[in-house]
Amino acid sequence: MKTQRHRARILGGVVLGLSAALLLLGAGVGSTGFESVFAARHDPVALQIVWDIRLPRTLGAWLAGALLGLAGAVAQGLFRNPLADPYLLGSASGASMGVAIALALFGTSPSSTQWVVRVGLTGAAFIGAVVAVLLTLLLARGVQQTLRLLLAGVIVGVVLGAIKDLITISSVDVLQAIVGFMLGSTALVGWSACAVMGVLAAVCLLLGWTLAPVLDGLALGEATAQSLGMPLGAMRAALVAVLALATGAAVAQTGLIAFVGLAAPHLVRSVVKTTHAWLIVLSAGMGGLLLMAADLGARWLIAPQELPVGVLTAVLGGSYLLWLMHRRSVRVSV
Amino acid sequence: MKNWLMLCVVALCSLAAHAIDVVDDRGVTVHLPQPPKRIVSLLPSITETVCALGGCSRLVGVDRYSNWPASVRALPQLGGGIDPNVEAVVAQKPDLVLLAKSSRVVERLESLGLKVIVLEPKNHADMRRVLDKIGQVLGTGDAQRVWREIDASVSAAAQSLPASVKNTRVYYEVNSGPYAAGEGSFMGETLTRLGAKNIVPAAMGPFPKINPEFVARANPDVIMVGERSAQGLEQRPGWSSMRAVRDGRICRFKAEDSDVLVRPGPRMGEAARLMANCLLSKAP
Repeated sequence: MKTQRHRARILGGVVLGLSAALLLLGAGVGSTGFESVFAARHDPVALQIVWDIRLPRTLGAWLAGALLGLAGAVAQGLFRNPLADPYLLGSASGASMGVAIALALFGTSPSSTQWVVRVGLTGAAFIGAVVAVLLTLLLARGVQQTLRLLLAGVIVGVVLGAIKDLITISSVDVLQAIVGFMLGSTALVGWSACAVMGVLAAVCLLLGWTLAPVLDGLALGEATAQSLGMPLGAMRAALVAVLALATGAAVAQTGLIAFVGLAAPHLVRSVVKTTHAWLIVLSAGMGGLLLMAADLGARWLIAPQELPVGVLTAVLGGSYLLWLMHRRSVRVSV
Repeated sequence: MKNWLMLCVVALCSLAAHAIDVVDDRGVTVHLPQPPKRIVSLLPSITETVCALGGCSRLVGVDRYSNWPASVRALPQLGGGIDPNVEAVVAQKPDLVLLAKSSRVVERLESLGLKVIVLEPKNHADMRRVLDKIGQVLGTGDAQRVWREIDASVSAAAQSLPASVKNTRVYYEVNSGPYAAGEGSFMGETLTRLGAKNIVPAAMGPFPKINPEFVARANPDVIMVGERSAQGLEQRPGWSSMRAVRDGRICRFKAEDSDVLVRPGPRMGEAARLMANCLLSKAP
């Protein structure tokens, strides 16, 4: 146990160190490929690009990835299901439906246009995500029955997704506009978005860390968790709130980025067996590292064009997981 | 003897009046025994082309995005280009279906015994070819004249621009991915005809996903964008100090104008005029 805790600390250090290194590298990678930041010192445009575009998007990618990784660890613990991902409560479909409604309302009448402009697409996505989670909770009649919650989340996701499709196919213009959101992108994250995600990530990490013991209890079974004398209902509700908040914040700022939330906890578990408190923190770091690396690759590989960042997260995280599975099966057969 | 036989065959063929053979964009030769009278079009730009060639009255159904000219709005809508309603198409008993390559229903419709011509207008040259093909199918000799009119209106739009406006550097955003319309795209070609400079070179492909800092660095004079995708454009990190954003040189096209701009069809001249008006009012 002690060695495991030691390993967890080392992994945390490595993840943070790599993240810092990538952040520095990220400041130098742009639409022209790699260039030295120091060379940009004398060019006001280059300096502004580094300061206003590259740094916030690199940091923003880390924060969004951290929120998704954290949410993934919470979801997998809460549902006791290794396939659970942050979007399980319907937040992804809710967010994209929010964006679709906002786009469709835009331009239909002066008052609706004004409304859309005031809320913004980010706001619409966040509202959509929150509405979806609330709908899921309503359908599941609370958070007590995990299976019911899971089912309600999937159903809400499918229904809201279908409504989104219905709205988008009605007009080519809306279809065009929503593509950017559905693919997910870290390209347009600024300092204000970083601030929002940073504050929420800190809050969620703190809540996750304090509430993690309930996940450890749940891992031993519902009855055991109850016998430990924890206020199971309230803690579960709080964890669902953390899950919804973290996912909603990430989705609103960066659109739909798949796989980070699913892969990050698995990557952590493949290195170290630890308590949920550590798992949540490490998953956040791992998610951040994964998305940051993907963002870097997305803008570097075919610069000045970009790859969709979600594609790279799947390639990076997925191939590592595949390699792990392969190695394990080889070891077993030997 | 052999030559004489050939002559007979040719004579017979010309007797079977108006039979048409058209090679479509798949490379498939489609044989039409007579000019079609009941046409279904499943692509807005093809609908517009059919109408421009005077075939509007022969249309019996269109896709849900076809909205010009106004008369096609009264026709039955048979689904979208990517999700056509096969049953509804068949129910119209068309003697010809015109659609794009991307449509999945081509084989299905052909196996149901319908004549299908696949056309893929993507740029100016395609547009001219599609115009010729549809003219051939409709049996009208108007295609050349219509093309000359379109071409002339594009040239007129270009000539309406003063020399100072030419060489304006333009960024045309397709959606907030951000995806751009490069020099090789249909919109890009129209911009080039107007004498404007696209900041996204043809080498990057027609619709590349680009890094926002590429735009900040290129610092275009004018930004063209659809109204819906334009939301929050000024607030994008690092864009506020760009010339176009700082001086408000952004053209936001309404949805109906976007239809004109992005469809490689007979309203190309109108598209050129929209872009020219934008350049006239916004170029420095």
